[in-house]
Amino acid sequence: MDLQYTEEQLMLRNTVADFVSRESPISRARKLHEDETGWEAAVWKQMGELGWLAFPFAESLGGFGGQFVDAAIIVEELGKALVPEPFVASIVTAGQALALAGNEQQQQNWLAPVLAGEATLAFAASEADNRYHIAERAGTTLDANGNGYILTGEKVWVDNGQAADTLLVTASGPDGLTLVAVEADRDGVERRTVKTIDGRRAAIIRFNGTPISADHIVGNPGDDTVALVDRVRDLGAAAACAEAVGVSQVAFDMTVEYLKTRVQFDVPIGAFQALQHRAVDMFIENELLRAATLAAALRVDEDDVSERHMAVSAAKKQLAVGGKFVAYQAIQLHGGIGITEEHDIGLYLKRMQALGVLFGDEAWHEARYADEPAFQAR
Amino acid sequence: MDLSFTPEQETFREEVRAFIQEAMPPHIREKAEKSGQFTMDEIMEWHRILYKKGWVAPHWPKEYGGAGFDAAQRFIFTEEMALAGAPGLSPFGLSMVGPLIMHFGTPAQKERFLPKILSGEEVWCQGYSEPNAGSDLASLKCKAEDKGDHFVVNGQKTWTTYGQYADWIFCLVRTDSSGKKQEGISFLLIDMKTPGVKVVPMLTIGGTPAFCDTYFEDVEVPKENLLGPQNGGWTLAKALLGHERTMIGGTGPLLRSLNNLKRIAAECPDGQGQTLADDPSWRRRAAALEMRYRAHEMVVLKQIAEQQAGRQPGPEASIMKIVGTTLGQQIDELTMDTMGLNSLNWFNDPPAVPPLQEWVGSNFCYNRATTIFGGSNEIQRNIMAKMLLGLPTLKFQAS
Repeated sequence: MDLQYTEEQLMLRNTVADFVSRESPISRARKLHEDETGWEAAVWKQMGELGWLAFPFAESLGGFGGQFVDAAIIVEELGKALVPEPFVASIVTAGQALALAGNEQQQQNWLAPVLAGEATLAFAASEADNRYHIAERAGTTLDANGNGYILTGEKVWVDNGQAADTLLVTASGPDGLTLVAVEADRDGVERRTVKTIDGRRAAIIRFNGTPISADHIVGNPGDDTVALVDRVRDLGAAAACAEAVGVSQVAFDMTVEYLKTRVQFDVPIGAFQALQHRAVDMFIENELLRAATLAAALRVDEDDVSERHMAVSAAKKQLAVGGKFVAYQAIQLHGGIGITEEHDIGLYLKRMQALGVLFGDEAWHEARYADEPAFQAR
Repeated sequence: MDLSFTPEQETFREEVRAFIQEAMPPHIREKAEKSGQFTMDEIMEWHRILYKKGWVAPHWPKEYGGAGFDAAQRFIFTEEMALAGAPGLSPFGLSMVGPLIMHFGTPAQKERFLPKILSGEEVWCQGYSEPNAGSDLASLKCKAEDKGDHFVVNGQKTWTTYGQYADWIFCLVRTDSSGKKQEGISFLLIDMKTPGVKVVPMLTIGGTPAFCDTYFEDVEVPKENLLGPQNGGWTLAKALLGHERTMIGGTGPLLRSLNNLKRIAAECPDGQGQTLADDPSWRRRAAALEMRYRAHEMVVLKQIAEQQAGRQPGPEASIMKIVGTTLGQQIDELTMDTMGLNSLNWFNDPPAVPPLQEWVGSNFCYNRATTIFGGSNEIQRNIMAKMLLGLPTLKFQAS
């Protein structure tokens, strides 16, 4: 058992933190709320040049052979200033799907430019009626047509769907669940950009009989793809938790600072016991979120699917219980000023709320955990 | 980073498991598998078995006769003991006063007391709280007058856990009332057989005499039984409380109650032809608790990793008591709900419920104490707000 961050990991954390404080303070995230893309290509390019986008990939793909924990470090630090560049969509979900199941040509075409910071990806699996069961249900269909296929259906709330160069799309095909890579600028791909609660952008994407050639199918359709999407969902959920650790930490720190400086009844309000106890409870939930997330980040790379499920679901549950508690109480303890658009604390609440529903909400993860045979056997 | 244990640690786990399998006497095993409740005689019998093996004090250094386990080994050892349902040993000597004597004791005190704590020849109890000194422990009044070569102790201690079985008591006593209340406290080791010591057990809401009132009337205590400096006892008291807090928040008992909860659910009919374990809404409730247990366990593992690397545990150590005790009570509560009408049972007298359920009601009641003793969870929050978060203190507020 070794739970120490390595020197390299500590350095990575510092580098990302420095970059964020220099290049992307919270004011930048706020400004980008007005931007139709929601993020900037120049900053993404910089991240590529710094090598962050290559971190979690094998050396054969031009990566640094890092583990998920490395990606989690980056995501956590980006989360602290609500940096909106599409790291999770491009690197963690769609990127890992290509790394795990794509062939060499596909990785060359669609992944290599991403690692260089020249392109981005999106993982399009959610639909209006599959909720979080993205590995189990796809209403979007892939039908054989001559030498190729035709893709029909609609994906909703696609993270970075509004900007991605290539979309990885789940569909029900002749051989079961199938993952298809679709260049976003193709005919028959209709994207609508939608605003999200946290000031970002996502897309609702319609495929109107989009022609798909066989070389755009990623991995083996059927059981292998079900397992792949299940794994990608866990990667996404673990990344959401890692980001929530950053969000929660900053919301907590801002709140403690406020308790020390806001004076009422001639004393800093942090001297009042009711508020002190609330702050300690926030500290507790924050620490539990950090711990559960580390466990998930380590287990998500494991081959033991059951253990992976349970560790990830436990962390996502703690995001929903503890992470949200921190965010809600941060607003409460800030009082009236916390309700204003002007104050930053509200931005953290909104991001936490969004993270809560990405890749499975509390109820979904609780139910999945409860149905794991390993849980029932113990 | 790596969450798995090393092959050597897994071998150690096998060794512990095999030892328990072989060394646990049948009458203890039967209780371990069912009620999980042991008499003091059985607890001491298990103490002596572990002593013979050299494992009675996993956390003591070898030079004092401990097992000298490292943090990871201790975690594995505790986990295996919990999984086997082995009796929990009395912590007052092994985990509380023992380490304090190692740290603050004279060579003579170490030689006098430590071997008998290890062997189980002398059982200890704790004299901290008084009727008017609970959360505000430093306001304690039990007085020790300096008579040259000895002290004379007068006063009362309360909540003395298992005082009726103890040979010795470690006490916080007032040796000076002139200055700040924390500065006039000393730490005394008192032989319970000394004339003037009277122990009166009291029933708890759990229906067992787990606590006692302990009275001292002109009790003579030789000076050599003063641990640490005279009037310097508060430092020792705080060191002990810090340790007690992590001990109370430990994972072993929680793992055990979670297992019991599932076993009980599997034997409780849901009224519709299946058991509670098959009921999705029950499973969701139990899963929620186990998921929180996982987060708590990871906090513990992170601390162990810190210790393994030779570092002090981080500030998150302080959350263990609050999280562990609250979670333990929630597991108890769900276990009671799971039993349905069987939760009305009181000590199975006459027998009306399966053995696994016999003690659940009593433990459910008694375990309400866990969020109170060792410094109530509210006092913990006061301390953390000040020490950890650096929040200001109001003048009238305790800290």
